[in-house]
Amino acid sequence: MRAAVITYPGSNCDRDLAVAFEQAGFEVARVWHKDSDLPEGLDVVGLPGGFSFGDYLRCGAIAARSPITRAVIAHAERGGYVLGICNGFQVLTETGLLPGALMRNAGLKFVCKPVDLTVATADSAFTSGYEAGQAITIPVAHHDGNYQIDDEGLAKLKGEDRIAFRYAQNPNGARDDIAGVLSENRRVLGLMPHPERAADAAHGGTDGAAMFRSLAGIMATA
Amino acid sequence: MEEPQITEDLIAAHGLKPDEYERILEIIGREPTFTELGIFSAMWNEHCSYKSSKKWLRTLPTEGPQVICGPGENAGVVDIGDGQAVIFKMESHNHPSYIEPYQGAATGVGGILRDVFTMGARPIAAMNALSFGEPDHPKTKSLVNGVVEGIGGYGNCFGVPTVGGEVRFHPAYNGNCLVNAFAAGLADADKIFYSAASGVGMPVVYLGAKTGRDGVGGATMASAEFDDTIEEKRPTVQVGDPFTEKRLLEACLELMASGAVISIQDMGAAGLTCSAVEMGDKGKLGVKLELDRVPVREDAMTAYEMMLSESQERMLMVLNPSMEAEAKAIFDKWDLDFAIVGETIAEDRFLILHGNEVKADLPLSKLSSEAPEYDRPWVATPAAADLSDVPEIDPIDALKALISSPNYCSRQWVWEQYDHMVMADTVRAPGLGAGIVRVHGTEKLLAFTSDVTPRYVKANPEEGGKQAVAEAYRNLTAVGAKPLASTDNLNFGNPEKPEIMGQFVGAIKGIGAACAALDMPIVSGNVSLYNETDGKGILPTPTIGAVGLIDNQDDMIAGIAREGHAALLIGETKGHLGQSALLAEVFNREDGDAPHVDLDTERRNGEFIRANRALIKACADLSDGGLALAAFEMAEAAGVGIKLDVADTPTLFGEDQGRYLVACNFDQAEALMVEAGKVGIAVTSIGRFTGDHVSVGRNSAPLSELSDIYRGRFASLFG
Repeated sequence: MRAAVITYPGSNCDRDLAVAFEQAGFEVARVWHKDSDLPEGLDVVGLPGGFSFGDYLRCGAIAARSPITRAVIAHAERGGYVLGICNGFQVLTETGLLPGALMRNAGLKFVCKPVDLTVATADSAFTSGYEAGQAITIPVAHHDGNYQIDDEGLAKLKGEDRIAFRYAQNPNGARDDIAGVLSENRRVLGLMPHPERAADAAHGGTDGAAMFRSLAGIMATA
Repeated sequence: MEEPQITEDLIAAHGLKPDEYERILEIIGREPTFTELGIFSAMWNEHCSYKSSKKWLRTLPTEGPQVICGPGENAGVVDIGDGQAVIFKMESHNHPSYIEPYQGAATGVGGILRDVFTMGARPIAAMNALSFGEPDHPKTKSLVNGVVEGIGGYGNCFGVPTVGGEVRFHPAYNGNCLVNAFAAGLADADKIFYSAASGVGMPVVYLGAKTGRDGVGGATMASAEFDDTIEEKRPTVQVGDPFTEKRLLEACLELMASGAVISIQDMGAAGLTCSAVEMGDKGKLGVKLELDRVPVREDAMTAYEMMLSESQERMLMVLNPSMEAEAKAIFDKWDLDFAIVGETIAEDRFLILHGNEVKADLPLSKLSSEAPEYDRPWVATPAAADLSDVPEIDPIDALKALISSPNYCSRQWVWEQYDHMVMADTVRAPGLGAGIVRVHGTEKLLAFTSDVTPRYVKANPEEGGKQAVAEAYRNLTAVGAKPLASTDNLNFGNPEKPEIMGQFVGAIKGIGAACAALDMPIVSGNVSLYNETDGKGILPTPTIGAVGLIDNQDDMIAGIAREGHAALLIGETKGHLGQSALLAEVFNREDGDAPHVDLDTERRNGEFIRANRALIKACADLSDGGLALAAFEMAEAAGVGIKLDVADTPTLFGEDQGRYLVACNFDQAEALMVEAGKVGIAVTSIGRFTGDHVSVGRNSAPLSELSDIYRGRFASLFG
């Protein structure tokens, strides 16, 4: 099983994400944003948290135009798996691989704390290790995690069961308490919470580990 | 461009005293150029030269078998075993933060991070110690918000977890807040980079962001008192760019791994001037700089401006010339400037060329070796008057008053704005006591704390200095860590006043005695003087940052109290109420002496805790607010009530030193008592964790009610 973790200038959770993939059994390639090709034979690409390009212009907007991002889009369009966490989620919405946009938190402040989530669907490679409706706790750390989408888009997400996670107590004003969403083919997941920060007993919680384990399980049997 | 004439006013505007200017004339035998005057002013101001404090700093203990590099470099280096080292320092950014809170605090964080990674260490933890004026002072709310956002804005983007710190409020900081930033990094002990240049004719390379006019004269500003012209000083505050700093970190670590770096120094206060002089002076070499090659982001910058600019995110390096292409490729990769701006020279000269003109030509070594040093007159702080009677008070009312005060309510509102988990190695979040991070990829943990009780230092500088170190020792001990070493950030008023200088001297004596007795040598630090506004000084605030090591995750004391646990008090209680939090917050009195610190007892009690950590579920040090506050905090963190058997005010709220509160089960409590008996440590059973109320004698209140007060207060004041 092979994963790639992209490093944009300003990414700061790239190592953390690589560690979480490795702990679940992936072999991880670290890929620089100026590269134009992904390594061969990848199962999943991870877009890490951080402040790509300093969050200048709009969070994720410049990274969405990096050379490697074209390769990530092509990988997704071929049916490849992509996991975008926090800033990675912002990049995914900027590329159009996922609908909606992440606005400034309603409270206008950066917020870093463990939050309670509800798993809204177990029907994806990322969430099959959970049960629908399961309550889990995973930390958030962001200034711009307020997910917004128009009525039509929201109806589509709901109708297609593409809302992956919801906040039990909304920390940022996100519409419909949305914490993470899936692409139409259910192979691209973007979420604001950081599962890689709840992947090991020393973190004080391991609810994030199931995401990496279930991905690994799907890849191993694929 | 026409340069200004050197006049008495110009000399004074550079913060140079007439006798200091006379000394310049003696050294160079002629009138300095404008650029040279700027260079002398940058090198000889208090911030860079430590001219008032050096004599006393030399008395601090700085050595020990664990110390790889003590004060004098960018940060201190301490051995943590297995060929690894922790590198750390604390530094103030007080004056800039008062003038422009967001950028002042942000660049304070940026500066201390550079101090750490310029030595080859990846930053793994940050803390900050903040002192503000009264909560209802018109400036306080905006300062709190701006400073906290600035610290978060920089550290969160850079990607270092902020795992601890302090926030205090006192009217003495109304006109002069304190922002002390701490950073620690991790490196291999045999791959530390130092600032001393070596080799003649070696290229001097400029790295990082471009130079602008921001911060010109910043270090001189930081060495002066404030008055009502403060708004005019705003342009001397630097502007930070954490995105550039993050790239600079990654590029520098790659560069260091490549073997291209002979020596390296970050550009902090007085930028290019201080860094170039430092590298030359330490390597006993001269430096020639050609300013036409310096990357600039503004037009028509003069030599004076370039030499004094405090633009952020810049480094100066002496390059191994055979590695130039590799080095440049790394900086191109990260889209950062890389420019050879000069070379090392054999003569003792600091030669600055710009536009085919010599702008400065000074004997380099004399810029630091001949810097003024003062033995400032000082008077000892008079002994505090005896404490007058303290009335008995309903203990629950007193506890409520404490936990609803801005000084002792929960700081959650602050630290939730800091990313305290990035790097995914944080095992103990901020909030209570020390923060803890894993040494990545090992079983080891590092614990961090920052402490000082300025009320104590004011009443009794020597005991207060001791207490700051002792409290840091206890906070590290309470999580099971062995204290390794300390950094000091000494914030005081105007040292030209003998009573202020007396506070400084007393505090240094106390800090030195405690660091020696507790084996926590000072390995780095910073002095911030002239913290006065309109002649009114701050409380003397010598912040101690300290680092402890836990060899194995199993050795950490990380549990929480549980229903049925015994509450044990380790250490002797006499009921010292002088200068206590109870007096200050409940009775609005700051009188009596600071509590005495018996360093032998501190050490014995700390060793007892560490030796018996297997018997301890949860542990907290007793400091401000005494037993009552520690017991409440431990119960609140665990979500379980507590019944205390004692009810008298001195026992509950006294601030005797050398004490810990411990939670453990009945068998463990018994075993601890036995162990304590064997070595003569005082242990008292003072109650039990149980139910959902905090009960003291016959009084009680629901934990949930107290918890709401405690957690809601900060946001209601400042949110």
